[in-house]
Amino acid sequence: MDIKVNVRESEGDAYVVDLTGEIDVYTSPKVKDAITELIDQEHYNLVINLEKVRYIDSTGLGVLIGGLKRVREHGGSVNLVCTNPQIKKIFDITGLVKIFGIFDDEQSAMKALV
Amino acid sequence: MNPAVAVDSMHGHVELKIPAKAEWVAVARLAVAAVASRLRFSVDEIEDVKLAIAEACTNCIQHGADSDQIEITCEATSTELRLTVRDRGVVLHLESVESEKDRFGDGGRTEELGVFLIRALMDSVEYHVDPREGTELIMTKLVTG
Repeated sequence: MDIKVNVRESEGDAYVVDLTGEIDVYTSPKVKDAITELIDQEHYNLVINLEKVRYIDSTGLGVLIGGLKRVREHGGSVNLVCTNPQIKKIFDITGLVKIFGIFDDEQSAMKALV
Repeated sequence: MNPAVAVDSMHGHVELKIPAKAEWVAVARLAVAAVASRLRFSVDEIEDVKLAIAEACTNCIQHGADSDQIEITCEATSTELRLTVRDRGVVLHLESVESEKDRFGDGGRTEELGVFLIRALMDSVEYHVDPREGTELIMTKLVTG
């Protein structure tokens, strides 16, 4: 089990973090490191693409929430791309649908940042 | 065999011990999912069970400071899957987590997300804490299909 993290620059100052695999207590530090590095470099508008994420647990959600809190301190935002019904269900159960913008495709997530 | 005695062909007892380390949680997740898949659970319900067992193990790793091992017992019947997770830690915070949707809507209290998810995804959850023996979490998912 592993997670692949790919970071790429997109339109304007926005960055996209592509995640592939499973985000759990073992792999979430790798995701946290990537998001932290972007924020430390003063990139505060992020799209995190979860389309290829098969599984996420509370530690993964915690990393996303932590990232969102930090970018909001600088007037930024984090939008998510997610089509997996099981993962969407987790965001719904926890009420996190209210704090994250969740989109079906990257283009919509990117457009909603600006 | 007495034909009057109903035999539950789904009945099974599986025990698993894993090191209390993050890299082993996936093993627990997959093993318990394999047990769950023998029952008449939907794919979504099996995913619920996978997440619940992973959250329980993660809780052991994060709070079971004196524990080097997690013991998992699966009791499968045609009507339910009962999972017991034991470790030597004594802090679980289960009592403080209510089953309220939207409690994380402001992004706060993320440390309680795992326990909240267990309560939301399983049909019943109980726990026993013994200062000497550690914590035992028992969670059940009913087969409704």
